[in-house]
This record gives sequence, C-alpha cells and structure tokens, in this order.
Amino acid sequence: MLDATHPASLPARPGVGYKPQHYSAIMADPGPLGWLEIHAENYMGDGGRPIAQLRHLAERFPISVHGVGLSIGAEGDLDKDHLARLKHLVSWLNPASFSEHLAWSTHDSHFFNDLLPLPYTPKTLDRVAAHINEVQDTVGRRMLLENPSSYLAFAESTLSETDFLRELTQRTGCGLLLDVNNVFVSATNLKTSPQAYIENFALDAVGEIHLGGHDEDEDETGAPLLIDSHGKAVVDPVWALLDYTLAKSGPKPLLIEWDTDVPEWPVLAEEITRADKALSLVTA
Amino acid sequence: MSVTQAQFRTAMLDPNAAVPDGIVNPDGAQASKRFNVYRNNVAVSLSDALEAAFPVVRKLVGDEFFRAMAGVYLRKHPPKSPLMMFYGDAMPQFLRRFEPAKSVPYLPDIAAAELALRHAYHAADATPAPPDALGAIAPDALMGTRLRIAPAVQTVTSNFPIHAIYRANTQSDAPKPVMQAEAVLITRSGFDPDIHPINAAAAKAISLLQNGQTLGEAIATADDTLDLGSVLGLLLAQGAITEIY
Repeated sequence: MLDATHPASLPARPGVGYKPQHYSAIMADPGPLGWLEIHAENYMGDGGRPIAQLRHLAERFPISVHGVGLSIGAEGDLDKDHLARLKHLVSWLNPASFSEHLAWSTHDSHFFNDLLPLPYTPKTLDRVAAHINEVQDTVGRRMLLENPSSYLAFAESTLSETDFLRELTQRTGCGLLLDVNNVFVSATNLKTSPQAYIENFALDAVGEIHLGGHDEDEDETGAPLLIDSHGKAVVDPVWALLDYTLAKSGPKPLLIEWDTDVPEWPVLAEEITRADKALSLVTA
Repeated sequence: MSVTQAQFRTAMLDPNAAVPDGIVNPDGAQASKRFNVYRNNVAVSLSDALEAAFPVVRKLVGDEFFRAMAGVYLRKHPPKSPLMMFYGDAMPQFLRRFEPAKSVPYLPDIAAAELALRHAYHAADATPAPPDALGAIAPDALMGTRLRIAPAVQTVTSNFPIHAIYRANTQSDAPKPVMQAEAVLITRSGFDPDIHPINAAAAKAISLLQNGQTLGEAIATADDTLDLGSVLGLLLAQGAITEIY
C-alpha cells in the first residue's frame, strides 16, 4: 500500500545524503531541500535512535533508500539474509525510491565495504540481470541502478557501460541512477568523453541524479587519476556536465552526496542551492 | 584473460601481490596504481569503521598501534555482512591472541564492552515495566518469578577494573582505576546506552534471568557476593525489565 501523504517517486528537486549530525538543521530550515537519501545498511539495526530519527524524517520528507551492500555484480549468489533485511526496511518505510550500484562488494561471504568493478560482457550482463530480477521480485518494487566510478578497465570487456546499463533496463525493467560525478571521474580516468557518455546513456530510464566531490591524483604514467571520495564540494566541470545532462533529460531528482569529512550544514545548504538553480534552468 | 572475483579479492587484500592480468589502464597497459585505489579504499574504510567502533581501545593503545592492529584484523576478519555497525565482533578474541597487545591484558574486555555498547545502541526498543512492578508480587511468589529483560541489556565480566578503565578514558574527572575484578551492565533507557559497574555474581544472575530462569534459580547458583535486591533495583531504575511473569 502506498502512503497517500507521499509521492510514489522522488520530486525533481534537490535532495541530500542524510547525516545524523544535520538532523536539527534540516528540521529547522530545509530551504529548497525536497527529499533525503539514506544508506540502507545504516538503518538495519533493530531499533534505537537511527530508526526513530528515520521515522521522524519520513513524516516530513520523501526518502530514497540507497543500498551500498547488495553486491549485485557478484559472481556468487545474492546474500539472502541481506535481501530479507532490505525487504523489511522498504516495507516499513515505504520509501519514494530504492537504488543500488552496478558493482560487487561481497565474495565468499566476506564483505569489503567498497564498490568493486566488473567487466562488461554478455556473461556478466546475464548475471547482473538475474540479480536485479531477484532483488525486484523480493523487495516488490522497481529499483534504480547506479553507474560506477571507474579507475581501471578489464581487457575482457566487450560492451560499453552505457550499452550494458541500457540492456539491463530493457531486460529487467529497472531504472537508472545517473551519477554525473562518476561519469566525469570515469571519463577522465579512462580518457573518454563525458559528454559522449551522457549522449549514449538511457536518459529515459533515469529516476535520480547524483552529484558529489572527488579527489585528484595521478597514476604511474602521470595521467590524471580521479578518486570518487564524496569528501569535497562538487567541482565546476561536474556542474557543467550536470547542466549538459539536464538540458537533455529535463528536470530530475538531484542528490548532493558528501560522505567523508562531512561539513557543517551551511556548506551543504550552498550545494543544495546551486543544485536548485541548475534545476530551475530546465524547469518550465 | 578473464579476471575472477577471487583473483581480484586476493590481490586486493595483499599489497604485495601482483595485479591480476587483464586489469588495464586506458592504453591497455598494467594498472597497478589504479588497482591500489581499491586496496586503499577497502583498508581505509574498514580501518575507519574499527576506529569508530572502538574509541577507548584506540585511546589506550594510541593511533599508530591501532592502525597497525586494524590492518591485521581487517585482513584476518573481513566483515561477514554489509552491516558495518556490527563490524568488529571478533575483536575481543582477536586481541586475546594478538601478541603485540599482550602487555595490555584488559584490552580484550574493553573491546567487549565497546561492542556491547554498540549492540545496545542498535537494539530493539522496549517499554519498561513500572519501577514498583516487583513490589506488586506476593513475597511467597517472588522466587518463582521470571523477568523479561530489555533487548539492549548486556553484561561483560572481567578480571580487570573495566568500568573504571572505561570511565577514566571517557570522562575527564574520573578517578584512577584500582586493580580489581569488575563487570559491567549496559542498559539503554533512552537512545544512549549507559554503562554501570557490577560484580561477577550480578552479571551471572542477569545472564540467567535473560535466559528465562526464575529469581529463585538465579539465587540458587550464586555465592554470597550476589546482592539480588540491588541488581533488581538497578535493572528497574534503568528500565531494563520489560515484563515480570
């Protein structure tokens, strides 16, 4: 049953990755903030403050549940216990959106707490599609799948990432979460064009856009190596790539992600205001 | 040429291992520094999780020792589930066998107390029985009474003064620990867990009550260091009893 007080999908407004230290500031003055995203795994305890806070927040804001631990790209089977926890969270919270990553993080029952890459081949496509079907069947709703940040390539890949993702939407009916910072990071690291990536992306399937900051490094050849750290402000070229994307896609729910070295609320509020301006450029 | 996830995992956890063939940079050449991004992300994120989970252990051994110890722990005990809130469950056992930490013999018990605090923080909410609930039981029925204990309640026993050590490392005005065996009771009446000093007999009685034994059974196995009245008083005052039956 959908809760009548909440929209069934996220509004095309700015959202933010929720951090408990910002609870009071958000409740006091959300500004243009239209929704909140939580990491699913942080709300899988049995009770206490995290769950109580989430219940309060959900009375006021549409919530996006963003999983970081499902390991959809794993060679092995999905973790049934984890799927059951996800189903439980989604059923009591009834979030406006549920998303996960095109990545793996678990192998041989060990979880590595990072989003690890996979090659793009017909074989991995079959496997990821089967996992997405299993997730959607179990959780009972459509999910969004996020494009990763890439630091390296697999010689065995035969499909482009954009084709791989498009094919997944067609086979499973899932939607996509387009992380524009990840596009910029991957394109820089793999010496490809971020604009070409956006042009080839299945924008019709996009249910949410992510923006975040990255760190800058170099590989051993001196080539730039950008690292998706979520620990800084969004850089200007990524804002420009967002404008480029929104001009093609139209307005979308737009998330500011800041997960490490999390600043005081006013710094995030500035990013939210900038996201709101970017949306206003494409909102009739 | 295909790279299995087993190969990726093995190379990722071993900084001295070669990067698997088939992982390349955009020019098709070997990509070891790029692969190191994953090595670093995994080690740093798991180490950060352990730092957040065991602040008193870290304070006792210092940052440098803790980082080195975490590096060993995370390779020996990678998380078994994506619930990072409970990562570090094997820390007390690990520290008991970790040779460089042998000179701090109370470290495993402090780690156990910090783990218990974290489990208490995330435990299910519970409605406490009223503080005078035991008074309503007829005296001759008391020994056959059982208590339902709130899910947040935990006990940790030690041969060392773990409550005093915990306090001395979390409060500025705490007295210096005196060498003696101590146990701790962890309760949660609101959202933040509290840690109370108790003795080993009290910890044992609370465990028996948690397992559904009667008050009479809890007393029967205890020695004369058990003051059941004050244990029950503490549990009631902290909202740690949810039902008397």
